[in-house]
Amino acid sequence: MTKLTDLGIAALRDGFRAGDFSARDVAIAFNDAVASAKPLNAFIVETPDHALAAADAADADRASGNLKPLSGVPIGMKDLFATKGVQTTAASHMLEGFKPEYESTVSSNLWRAGAGMLGKLNLDQFAMGSSNETSYFGNVISPWRRNNGDTAALAPGGSSGGSSAAIAARIVPGATGTDTGGSIRQPAAFTGISGIKPTYGRCSRWGVVAFASSLDQAGPMARDVRDCAILLENMAGFDAKDSTSLDLPVPNWEAALSSDLKGKRVGIPKEYRVDGMPAEIEALWEQGIAWLKDAGAEIVSVSLPHTKYALPAYYIIAPAEASSNLARYDGVRYGLRDLPDGANLQDMYAATRAAGFGDEVKRRIMIGTYVLSAGFYDAYYTQAQKVRTLIAQDFDKAWESCDLLLTPTAPSAAFGLGEKSADPLAMYLNDVFTVPTSLAGLPAMSVPGGLDALGLPLGLQVIGKALDEQSVLNASLALEERAGFTARPDKWW
Amino acid sequence: MSNYRFQGATGEWEVVIGLEVHAQVVSQAKLFSGAATAFGAEPNTQVSLVDAAMPGMLPVPNKECIRQAVRTGLAINAEINRWSRFDRKNYFYADLPQGYQISQLYHPLVGEGYLDIDADEKAGIAEAKRIGIERIHVEQDAGKLMHDQHPTRSYVDLNRSGVALMEIVSRPDMNSPAEAGAYLRKLRSILRYVGSCDGNMEEGSMRADVNVSVRRPGDEFGTRTETKNVNSVRFVMQAIEHEAQRQVDVIEAGGKVVQETRLFNPDTGTTRSMRSKEDAHDYRYFPDPDLLPLELTEAFVEDCRASLPELPDAKRNRYVETLGISAYNADVLTAEVETARWFEALLAEGAEAKQASNWVMSELFGALNRLGKSIEDCPVSPPQAAELLKLVSDGTLSGSLAKQVFEKMLETGDGAGVIVEREGLKQTSDTGAIEAVIADVLAKNPGQLEQYRSGKDALFGFFVGQTMKAMGGKANPQVVNELLKKALS
Repeated sequence: MTKLTDLGIAALRDGFRAGDFSARDVAIAFNDAVASAKPLNAFIVETPDHALAAADAADADRASGNLKPLSGVPIGMKDLFATKGVQTTAASHMLEGFKPEYESTVSSNLWRAGAGMLGKLNLDQFAMGSSNETSYFGNVISPWRRNNGDTAALAPGGSSGGSSAAIAARIVPGATGTDTGGSIRQPAAFTGISGIKPTYGRCSRWGVVAFASSLDQAGPMARDVRDCAILLENMAGFDAKDSTSLDLPVPNWEAALSSDLKGKRVGIPKEYRVDGMPAEIEALWEQGIAWLKDAGAEIVSVSLPHTKYALPAYYIIAPAEASSNLARYDGVRYGLRDLPDGANLQDMYAATRAAGFGDEVKRRIMIGTYVLSAGFYDAYYTQAQKVRTLIAQDFDKAWESCDLLLTPTAPSAAFGLGEKSADPLAMYLNDVFTVPTSLAGLPAMSVPGGLDALGLPLGLQVIGKALDEQSVLNASLALEERAGFTARPDKWW
Repeated sequence: MSNYRFQGATGEWEVVIGLEVHAQVVSQAKLFSGAATAFGAEPNTQVSLVDAAMPGMLPVPNKECIRQAVRTGLAINAEINRWSRFDRKNYFYADLPQGYQISQLYHPLVGEGYLDIDADEKAGIAEAKRIGIERIHVEQDAGKLMHDQHPTRSYVDLNRSGVALMEIVSRPDMNSPAEAGAYLRKLRSILRYVGSCDGNMEEGSMRADVNVSVRRPGDEFGTRTETKNVNSVRFVMQAIEHEAQRQVDVIEAGGKVVQETRLFNPDTGTTRSMRSKEDAHDYRYFPDPDLLPLELTEAFVEDCRASLPELPDAKRNRYVETLGISAYNADVLTAEVETARWFEALLAEGAEAKQASNWVMSELFGALNRLGKSIEDCPVSPPQAAELLKLVSDGTLSGSLAKQVFEKMLETGDGAGVIVEREGLKQTSDTGAIEAVIADVLAKNPGQLEQYRSGKDALFGFFVGQTMKAMGGKANPQVVNELLKKALS
């Protein structure tokens, strides 16, 4: 018999409904898997009781015929979402021990749909990073290893690296992520799983610790496209408490899944062929094009001329917003307070923030403070906003000749922990393919396409028009069916 | 042009004044959080998760606050910007939980407008003057630090954190303390009429930052200083007076005025330096990414316009032109919305406008003054006052009887009619009774009668007085006049 932990969201949901197993059995199986996977360091807090309580409720609901969309399904929650009574840290020392009195809208939606919580997943501190190395609670280690006998610990991607590692290791069937510049898609690509960042505004940001408000967007991560569609349906929705939330009904994405792409035109942006991109990624991209053709899509070449300015603009806008969003962590009301003897208010701020924030967070606060300063604002922030508009216009122009775009998700496979942590610029380059979509607020998904020569997963990214998650999911499904990606890491932990 | 001049040792100086008034918006809920806004509540009892800037909390604009600011803008004849935006003003302070104030730097809700101040000879305002208003923007108030609760610690009360403020920025169009005072009073009057701010400067719901510079008449603007958070009209005038004198002294001593922020000390009436331009914060303003631009529909603006009451200037003109009330009375009656409201309630009860205005100005204000009460806690209601005035106009009471009755109304709270009946204060026009008294008065004062008849006409008043006195004040003075004339002829 298949192990319960080998099942994804849809299989768990359907098997539970069919009476193949109880929700409690599922919760126990995953709780055990979580408990036995400590070397991955994927969790900051484990919440087996939460998972069991939700499972018991699901079993009771099934008995009384009140099944909910996610009854019987436990998931992992990125520790950027506020969870009532459960420590919420954003992987920072600043919020260590902080237990909110409130529940984020996205997690509330999931619990209302019947899901249970296995724990709070590790991440890059305040979601700032591409490797999970900036977490105060130690980096997550990818379950994947190179196939050449090298046992070097690899990055699970970031910032949603706890989510990606836990899903790839089969210790959670699905998880929430958040994506500001690629934080769902890049870790999904690094670990051979799927993840979608929906259109900006689909998922409420209320109760999600803010990094860069105009870019932050929650989304699901799971083993396949269908699982992502199911989770997204139960995360998204209008929320009056978030002024940027979209007041639109949530489509039934799962029901409309179809890998038949006849009539769809897929654009291949020539600017995404960057220097130094590994040949294997080029090859996978070509393979992806062939798969989409095979699914009935028409392939067209498009130009996104301002792509090369996206990364610099992003690394101005995101830190600018972060420098302001993180000002509230001042030691006055909650979280860490460092009050040296004889300290005045300014001293307390300095000591608290010096002790509470990690280096990468400090770096971005300083960059953000600088670009907003009098005399520099126009040269940096205003200019970056103009670039952002041009990037969005690039996409609008592209949509005149196509419905979707296909690109690689990341310019490399997973790198080793420590390989890039000394060079922030090399680290930032990881986001080169994911950032433009974030700046334009468009939906984009990463699905695994294959393995590189060292046996590490590589991802393909499908980008769609605003609000057209359905086409993104469908094209991703077409890729998934043709890629037949079944590889999984051998258990070493 | 103001003819107010500061006399320095080296000649005359002109003062240039601009005011930034922070007016707390009257609304049940805060600008972005939905928390309540009552003044004087226990510390930290009116604080939502948003006001405390908990992680992941987001602002949502409160439509009522926006509506109040738009109504205020319309009341000062201002441009209402159909598209405006909120910006973050970043700085650290313990009373500012977010580490930034949500404000509007680049695209305020309300653009260019004005209000008119009246000529006031006594105050030295030679002629009426239009004061430009550059803008009104909407922003969050901060919390409050309490330094007197503990020997070594400061406490933070976040009740005020996030309450909506309007910052009303004038042009530097005022040139004397009196003009600034008149502007503030007029602005406060308009705010109260509109109901968008209670204008209570003592409680801090209205406070002013005072920008002052001096120059030789006709010269370019001098360097200005900004005196923060001055909380009464009198203090604003004092601060200007002191600041102008100080600047003149500095310049005449060969120094230069430093651009800086200053604090006003109400105990001494002086200002002192708080921080100079070099120490000024770099607020790093940028558009708040948590909020969408504010876009107003025509229907919303029209709805705001339609909700405006008659404003003080229009009301005063109507009182003069339609009701025939004197300009002075009309000024006083319309200056405060509560007075106008009381007065109009009196008219609604059927009182005649001129009679009513004179009575309110003399009798009612006199009584309130004596009792130390304001019109809002006036012990006599408009219907009660109308009853009293009706008894005067229908001849039941003479002016002096009316005074007596009014005194008794204030003492007892009873109605005028009840008092007249109970105390027998009704005026009499009984000619027989009056003639009898007149005959008696004439008989008792033969000397005066003799003088009157030999041409001392002024003694007529003496006989009126004696007759009235003998009648206990209840005789109808007109009838007394007529009958006396007859008896003396």
